Amino acid sequence: MKKKVVSLLLAASMMTVMLAGCGNSGSSDAGSGSVGTQEESSDADAAETETETNTDEGSDAAPAADASGAVYKIGAIGPATGGAAVYGIAVQNGADLAIKEINEAGGINGHMIEYNFQDDECDNEKSVNAYNTLKDWGMQMLVGSTTSGCSIAVSAESANDNLFQLTPSGSSVDCITNDNVFQVCFTDPNQGVGAAQYIGSNGVAEKVAVIYDSSDVYSSGIYEKFAGEAANQPFEIVSSEAFTADNKTDFSVQLQKAKDAGAELIFLPIYYTEASLILTQANAMGYEPEFFGCDGLDGILNVENFDTALAEGVMLLTPFAADAEDEATKAFVSAYEAAYGDTPNQFAADAYDAVYIIKAAIEKSGAAPEDSVSDICDKLKAAMTEISVDGLTGEAMSWEAGGAVNKEPKAMEIVNGNYALIQ
Amino acid sequence: MSFISYLINGISLGSVYAIIALGYTMVYGIAKMLNFAHGDVIMVGGFTIFFAVSMQGLPPMIGILLAVVLCTLLGITIEYIAYRPLRQAASSLAVLITAIGVSYFLQNMALLIFGANTKAFTSVVTVPAIKLAEGQIIISGETIVTIISCIVIMIGLTLFINKTKAGQAMLAVSEDKGAAQLMGINVNGTISLTFAIGSALAAIAGMLLCSAYPSLTPYTGSMPGIKAFVAAVFGGIGSIPGALIGGIVLGVIEILGKAYISSQMADAIVFLVLIVVLLVKPTGILGKKIQEKV
Amino acid sequence: MKGLKLSKNVKDNLITYGIVILAYLIMEIMIKTGHISSLLQGLLVPLCVYVILAVSLNLTVGILGELSLGHAGFMCVGAFAGAFFSRYMQDVIEVSLLRFVIAILIGALSAGIVGFLIGMPVLRLRGDYLAIVTLAFGEIIKNIINVLYVGKDANGLHFSTKDSMSLGLMEDGDVIINGAQGITGTPKDATFTIGIILIIITLVIVLNLIHSRDGRAIMSIRDNLIAAESVGINITKYKLMAFSVSAALAGMAGVLYSHNLSSLMATPKNFGYNMSIMILVFVVLGGIGNIRGSIISAVILTLLPELLRGLSNYRMLIYSIVLIVMMLFNWSPKLINLRKKYSLKRLLKKTGEVQ
Repeated sequence: MKKKVVSLLLAASMMTVMLAGCGNSGSSDAGSGSVGTQEESSDADAAETETETNTDEGSDAAPAADASGAVYKIGAIGPATGGAAVYGIAVQNGADLAIKEINEAGGINGHMIEYNFQDDECDNEKSVNAYNTLKDWGMQMLVGSTTSGCSIAVSAESANDNLFQLTPSGSSVDCITNDNVFQVCFTDPNQGVGAAQYIGSNGVAEKVAVIYDSSDVYSSGIYEKFAGEAANQPFEIVSSEAFTADNKTDFSVQLQKAKDAGAELIFLPIYYTEASLILTQANAMGYEPEFFGCDGLDGILNVENFDTALAEGVMLLTPFAADAEDEATKAFVSAYEAAYGDTPNQFAADAYDAVYIIKAAIEKSGAAPEDSVSDICDKLKAAMTEISVDGLTGEAMSWEAGGAVNKEPKAMEIVNGNYALIQ
Repeated sequence: MSFISYLINGISLGSVYAIIALGYTMVYGIAKMLNFAHGDVIMVGGFTIFFAVSMQGLPPMIGILLAVVLCTLLGITIEYIAYRPLRQAASSLAVLITAIGVSYFLQNMALLIFGANTKAFTSVVTVPAIKLAEGQIIISGETIVTIISCIVIMIGLTLFINKTKAGQAMLAVSEDKGAAQLMGINVNGTISLTFAIGSALAAIAGMLLCSAYPSLTPYTGSMPGIKAFVAAVFGGIGSIPGALIGGIVLGVIEILGKAYISSQMADAIVFLVLIVVLLVKPTGILGKKIQEKV
Repeated sequence: MKGLKLSKNVKDNLITYGIVILAYLIMEIMIKTGHISSLLQGLLVPLCVYVILAVSLNLTVGILGELSLGHAGFMCVGAFAGAFFSRYMQDVIEVSLLRFVIAILIGALSAGIVGFLIGMPVLRLRGDYLAIVTLAFGEIIKNIINVLYVGKDANGLHFSTKDSMSLGLMEDGDVIINGAQGITGTPKDATFTIGIILIIITLVIVLNLIHSRDGRAIMSIRDNLIAAESVGINITKYKLMAFSVSAALAGMAGVLYSHNLSSLMATPKNFGYNMSIMILVFVVLGGIGNIRGSIISAVILTLLPELLRGLSNYRMLIYSIVLIVMMLFNWSPKLINLRKKYSLKRLLKKTGEVQ
């Protein structure tokens, strides 16, 4: 009997939660919907904490519509919690910084931008939920998702709504199969083939080993194209070993195999967290090959407390380096550090560029905030193929109608704890 | 030659699993609950040392001491708030779920305080590595310290449980809470003490885990935590020497599987071996056989 | 007038079906009249998925009394089997409903078979040992899917466990399962109506099983294995029955899941032990063995993180606190007594007595 009462109570609270959630759907503010429902959840503690945190958040929230009327609404999606949070938070902050700058400088065509970021925990399903939340909020353009898998899942939805989507860092080719989606970063094939060609044509090494994450879309995608292109290049892949998301602390076997195979260079199409461990462990076992990575490796110098001497001589193909000497990068890095207390990585730069790319496309096409979502999308789609944007992650970036970006990867080498451009 | 070096790598990975599994098995053996938050207490220990040593510049010994004290307090608090109210609950699964809640809580708390960026942990181990066979085989200082700590902790725990009054009380509580209470044992106090010791071990495990694999994120503890849980089951959960053996065996299988079968399938191999072991010995390598009564 | 004298069980079941159908009708009316947020509309199918998962796991945990931490593994098998079929037959079977129904059957069947095969050796383990073995199987399934490459071309199907190039596809070949990159372009056949139908099918199967002779045999195993054995109940048979039915239903949920998203990957997030534990949380929070409770708690815990989105970065922290508090509220003996003392019913009764 007791359980029945409990379940009925729960049922009742569920219904109120659902109805309250829906009742608010008409209004534009998604945030207030959840505040209302939170109080229903029979939990005084949580409600108390929640009001506190909400006032904290007030300052972070998007700027209110300014007096001049209509605003552009840009949404962003990425993992702000979970193991991939570092990338999502970078995108969140990078886009936020760009939007603040644009708003301070008077907006786009005189219209302010409103910004809303939603967490997807790096899960395809949650990413679609985040997308729908943003849609309820009134999003007109999307900067997202941060990761490939989520971008693919969201792109099916955004294509359905014909909503303009620009993914800062979803690098799989499957992200851009729909014509409303564009990329800021290189595609995986582009990176894998580019890396193989660079190693081959510059004669960096003859025996190459690869260590990649076989459970990750980004890493396995690059590896596959790299291996495919390697067949046409004057070097040989002597060992290719994988690790998985559940097994990424110990790399001694992978390194030992590369060492035993006599590899002179290890190609690391992976993210810097694991790469920093690989460098440390290679050093401990007294193995000193060359290391070569892709854009995921950027950020390795900013791992707090990392011994950068270990990364000495590491080469990477990356569009962005936080230590670059040009004015734009320096300004971005110092503004980012001042605002968020962290050194930006490539994801932050991609998102920052994404916002400016949208700005350029809006200015080119004359899409107005009053236009419907679909009209804006059509106008921006047309404009994307015409614009050329100088950003942090590439000069004179231009786009094909297919959605992929044209820009030159920069080959960098870490010298004295700093990136140096190699030609 | 490479086989020996794989074996040594396996033992060093296994020793890290073992030291985490010791804490797991201790709590399980006495309180009879799977503390899924154990891995996250390890992470808290790692962050405490990182904060004290790398950010504040305190000497490593003080950092470790601080981590042990903080984790002990954390363990007692968690037990008091989240586990104790459910000790008499109708199902033992209830407390498993709050443990998961606590695990989420600790991860997200660390995420908010320290951010998601990876931190490189400076090893607090100063023992030099041993090089054999002209540098072809290297046993790192971390491995030596971890194995020694494992053995010391194992002996210490065994002595504590068998020779001291508090230890005997723990045994009594693990046998039968009701009877222990009737014998005048403070059941709540004893279980609190168990969590205190388990969490202090977690702090030490955190230090050694992060020294051996020096990257620290809010999620550092969760995967090794699960692996150590597997190791504890391997060895026979609740058995203290079993945790040590289970950890080492697990590490060696993982490394050899990666080396000689497939690096993509390392997890599958480890789990497959686990299943086979449990099918042959259903209570793990050193587990006690429990006779079921009607 | 005999018909009106329903037994307690039947009445109880009817209430459960009633809640589901009522929820469906309310949602449909809201969709038709446009009073629904995109978020909630997008959540309808996932809610069905999680409800099915929770109910099916309850069969193992609540009715059979065995702890399983590998439920997501069966969901994974169903999801991939179903999505593979749909992708393979996309051009052959044009009628999406027919294709989806077959996909559901295939997904459920393959997950059921895997459940049966796994159950045969491991169900003789007990308690936490069974839990860890099911967890291990879930992880193995996920790991295998992650290295599986399947493609098709004019010559038929090609398999590999290395990479998509070693499939040796011809020019017009199509890689269907691409290792960690999974299956992309699954047709979006899942709808809320089908989801609700699947929930009702699940409920019919589970509730009828519970209240049948077989179900009572299964529950007797839960309550006392040795006693059940001594009265001649075939332990292995009934354990396997409950376990594989539960796995098949999870596979069905997996098919629904995979046909709701255009990209399907086996990540630790969706098919790892974390998801298995999450489903277990639904079951335990809703009340072990209480089917209606599972439905309700699956709905609440799936909606909760979405409703907390307004808190931005504090969202998951608050979620964890709410989870702990709800567990304490529902399970702590002290709080249960307290609740009984001050329950609405009792208070009403008291005031009645006073008057």
